[in-house]
Amino acid sequence: MQAFEYDSDWTELGVYPVKTENDIVRVRQMARQYAKNFRMGIVEQTRITTAVSELLRNMYQYANGGEVTINQGYVEEHNALIFTFEDQGPGIENLDLAMSDGYTSGGGMGYGLPGAKRLVDSFEIRTETNTGTLIRLMKWK
Amino acid sequence: MDHFQEKKIPIIKIGSYLIVSIQVDMHDKLALQLQSQILEEIEKTGAKGVLIDISVLEMVDSFIGRMLSGMASMASIMDAAVVIVGMQPAVAITLVELGLEMPGVDTALNMERGMELLERRMASINDD
Ligand SMILES: Nc1ncnc2c1ncn2[C@@H]1O[C@H](COP(=O)(O)OP(=O)(O)OP(=O)(O)O)[C@@H](O)[C@H]1O
Ligand SMILES: [Mg+2]
Repeated sequence: MQAFEYDSDWTELGVYPVKTENDIVRVRQMARQYAKNFRMGIVEQTRITTAVSELLRNMYQYANGGEVTINQGYVEEHNALIFTFEDQGPGIENLDLAMSDGYTSGGGMGYGLPGAKRLVDSFEIRTETNTGTLIRLMKWK
Repeated sequence: MDHFQEKKIPIIKIGSYLIVSIQVDMHDKLALQLQSQILEEIEKTGAKGVLIDISVLEMVDSFIGRMLSGMASMASIMDAAVVIVGMQPAVAITLVELGLEMPGVDTALNMERGMELLERRMASINDD
């Protein structure tokens, strides 16, 4: 599985380990703070915070935690906030299924992945069985 | 980080209603704890309605959404109605985009409207 690339012009805002439930709260609050500093509107702030929260919880629930890197940088002329989620969990066996509304393997509602995708401007996912999952979200200003 | 875990969300009883005001960004265990706390309180007090003020909540994700709708359906089995009060417009918009419908969850603009909603429900139940 190919790791995501980081453009050398991007600024790294932070790298956060996600191991506990409190990390979920802490990192989603960081996400909101960055969106606020970025002068995004309240709806945009809420969208990105919610998407981040969904992916953090998936990481915590299914992959026993992981790491999130937050960057700011230009992507195709857009000034973007970039969130990269990396875990070494079991991977997602059927990605199409996992990305569809209402599919859950764990008694959830199955809206985390497809919902997060709807809430951001760019959503990329790479996953490999027994290796892990990489997800990158971007939100333009 | 432990102060997080220990903070309990207070539940106030007024007449036959319970009033809960969520003032913190809840981690998952706290959300589940609040859910069972409210259900226990309904059982103990025989409350007929629960008003949950989420006006300071800056986001509701699928976990909190599921907690709220789960609580509403369990409460209704116990003959109590749940009204979510003061959801921020940005939160409501995001919930819809996320795809979450919260079946069985009534919402009201503010406490006063929530109270009225419960009163009307009680009146219509007493009618038939
Ligand atoms: N990081 C991950 N590692 C392994 N599997 C994952 C990961 N993220 C998601 N999945 C799988 O994809 C499925 C769909 O995820 P999604 O977030 O959409 O729904 P859910 O977590 O089951 O429910 P909800 O998010 O509504 O509570 C999960 O049930 C799980 O099987
Ligand atoms: Mg999920």
